[in-house]
Amino acid sequence: MSDLTKQPADDATKDAPVAADAPQPAAVDPRLLVREQGFAGYLSDFKRRVRGGELGSLPVVIGLIVIAIVFQFKNSSFLSADSLANIGVYTSGLGIMAVGIVFVLLLGEIDLSVGSVAGVGAAVWAVLSVTKGVNDWLAVLIAIVAGLAIGALHGFFFAKIGVPAFVVTLAGFLGWSGLQIWMMGNEGSINTPAGSLVENLTGYYFEDKAAGYGLALIAVLAYAGSLLLESRRRKAAELPSRPLSEILLRTGVVALIAFVVAYVLNEPAGARGLPLALVLFLAVLVLADFVVRRTTYGRQIFAVGGNAEAARRAGINVNKIRISVFAISGMLAAFGGLFIASLSGGATKNLGSGNTLMNVIAAAVIGGTSLFGGRGKIWSALLGMLVIQSIQQGLNLLGMASEIQYMITGAVLLAAVVIDSVSRRTQKTAGRT
Amino acid sequence: MSATPVLALRGISKRFGAVQALTDVTLEIHPGEVVALVGDNGAGKSTLVKTISGVHPVDDGAIEWEGGAVRINKPHDAQDLGVATVYQDLALCDNLDVVANLFLGNETRTAGVLDEIAMEKRAKELLDTLSIRIPSVRIPVAALSGGQRQVVAIARALIGDPKVVILDEPTAALGVEQTAQVLDLVERLRERGLGVILISHNMADVQAVADRVAVLRLGRNNGVFDVEGTSHEEIIAAITGASDNAVTRRKARTDQVKKEAGA
Repeated sequence: MSDLTKQPADDATKDAPVAADAPQPAAVDPRLLVREQGFAGYLSDFKRRVRGGELGSLPVVIGLIVIAIVFQFKNSSFLSADSLANIGVYTSGLGIMAVGIVFVLLLGEIDLSVGSVAGVGAAVWAVLSVTKGVNDWLAVLIAIVAGLAIGALHGFFFAKIGVPAFVVTLAGFLGWSGLQIWMMGNEGSINTPAGSLVENLTGYYFEDKAAGYGLALIAVLAYAGSLLLESRRRKAAELPSRPLSEILLRTGVVALIAFVVAYVLNEPAGARGLPLALVLFLAVLVLADFVVRRTTYGRQIFAVGGNAEAARRAGINVNKIRISVFAISGMLAAFGGLFIASLSGGATKNLGSGNTLMNVIAAAVIGGTSLFGGRGKIWSALLGMLVIQSIQQGLNLLGMASEIQYMITGAVLLAAVVIDSVSRRTQKTAGRT
Repeated sequence: MSATPVLALRGISKRFGAVQALTDVTLEIHPGEVVALVGDNGAGKSTLVKTISGVHPVDDGAIEWEGGAVRINKPHDAQDLGVATVYQDLALCDNLDVVANLFLGNETRTAGVLDEIAMEKRAKELLDTLSIRIPSVRIPVAALSGGQRQVVAIARALIGDPKVVILDEPTAALGVEQTAQVLDLVERLRERGLGVILISHNMADVQAVADRVAVLRLGRNNGVFDVEGTSHEEIIAAITGASDNAVTRRKARTDQVKKEAGA
C-alpha cells in the first residue's frame, strides 16, 4: 500500500491524547469503497456491483418478470389463480430436490443421481406402505432415511475412495434406477391410496383463508424482526448497520410478495387456499438457508467449496462435510420423490427419470448458484424452479409440444451458465483476482 | 526472553520413502523472539514446519511445549497447543469474506448460531491493533491485493491467540512497500510476546527482523546464529556448507573488478 493509507494512521496517533476516547471518525483510506448514505448510495453501490460482475439474483428476477409478462400477454390465464397455484405445487417437489443440488454445487461437485434416488424413495415408500402395510408415517420416514443412506454412500466413495463425484453419482443414477424398477415389480406402478400421507403432500390445501394470510404475516414479521434485531445489535457493537430506510424497503418488498401470493392463493374464483406442498417447500428453504448461512456447518461447506486445502488446514473435517452434503442431497431427493409420486398419483417404474434430473440441476444453476463451487444461495432453488415451472406452465397453456419445452429450457439453462461464467470473468478483470 | 522455550524440538527425524528429509534436528523458540529458519531449497525447512504444524507427524524425536513433552499428530493438535501456521500459499478461501476467513475453523457462536457481529467486531479490533488496513472486512478475499491477502493470512493465524506463529516465506511475492508492512507486522507479533518462526530466502528480511537465525542444510542443523554480530557471509556459508561457495566467489570476483576499476 502507499502513503495514502499510512497518513490517517499517523494523524490518529498524533491526535491521540486529544481525541483518545472519541470514536475514530475519518481514519478511512480514501480509495476504499464506502457506501454513501441514503438511496443514492445504494444506487451507486448497485451499479458498481453490476459492473464488477456481482449480479446475484438480478438476472433470474428479471427473467421471471419477462416470462410472466410474455405468457400473460399470449394467454391471459397464465397469471390466474389456478395456474399460479399449479406452478406453486409443481415447484415444490422438484424445488426440494434442487435445494439438495444447491448444497452439492456449493461444494463444487455435482450429483447426477437425484432423479433415481427420488424414484427409489418413492418406491420404498410405496412398497412398504401399500404392499407391506407398514404405518404410513414410518414408511415415509424410511424412504427419506433410505435417500440419506444412498447419498452418504455416494459421499463415501467420493470423499474416502476419491472417485470423482461425477462418476459415483452417474453409477448411482444407473444403479438406483435399476433398484427402483426391481422394487416396483411386474406391475410397474403402485397407486397412492386415498387419504394417505403422500397423497396429502400435494393434495392438501389449507382452505381457511387465515392460513395463507397468517403465514404471510408471520413471514413478514419474522423477516422485519430479524433485520431490526441485527441492525440494533450491530449499532450496539459500533459496526455499520442497515439504515431504517433500507429495512423498511426490504420489508415492504417481502410483504408485497408474501401478501400477493397469499391473496392469489386465497381469493380469486377457483382458488383452493394455501397448498401444503408450498408450506413444506418454504420450510425446507428456510431451514436449509439457516443451516448454510448461520451455522458453522454451512460456513464449512462454503470453505470446502472455495478451497478444500485451506479448509483442511483450518481443521475442518473435509471428508465429513463432503459425505454429509451428499447425504443431504440424497435425503432431499427422496423427499422430493414423494412429492412427485403424490402429484402423479403413485410410485412408478420410471418416476424421476427423463428430464427430472436436468430440471433440478438447471433450477439450481438458473437461480444463480455457481457450478464452480463456493458461491450460491439456497433461495436459488426456489427462483430457478419458478423459472422452469413457469416456462413449462406457460408453454402448456399455449399448447406447445414438449420438444419445444425442452429446447427452451435448455436455452435458459445455457443462458444462466453463460451469465455465471461471464460474471466470474468480469470479477477477475475487475481486479478481483 | 524467558529461560524456558515455548517450543523446543529435540532430535527430530522425518523420512519420506527413500528420502531422509530431516535428521536429528533441534530448534528452540522463546516467547517474544523471532527465529529465522533458513536453508537452501530442499534443506528441510518446509518439512520441519510441517512437523510442527501437524501436517507430517515426526518419525523420531521429541517436541516440548513450555517445558512439557507433547505429541503433534494432526493439524488440530498443533492448533490446540497454540501453534498457528501461515503457509506460503496462504490457504485462504477466496469466496469467503475477510471475517469468515479470519475465523475459519474457529467460529464464534452464540447458542449454536454463528455470531457474525461478535466476529466482525473482533476482526476489526484485531486488524486495528495490527494496523492492518483493508477496504472492508466484508469483501471476499478474492478482491484483495497480494499484500493485503498476506496480512489477512497472518491476522488469521492470530485469531486463536497462539503462542507460536510460523510464517512460511511471507514476503516472497510482495513488493517493497508491502514487504515492509509485513515485516512491521512481524515486529508487532514479537512485541505481543509471540514466538515467531520466519522462513525466508531473503537475507535482508532475516537481518531486519530476526533475533536468531537457525540454518538447516540437507536436513540437519547447521548452526544457530544471533543476528547481531553475525555477518551476511557467515549465514550464507552455513546455508551452502562452505565459506568457498558460489556466493563468496561471486563477491570476490566483483570486489576484484571494483578494485581494478579503482586502481
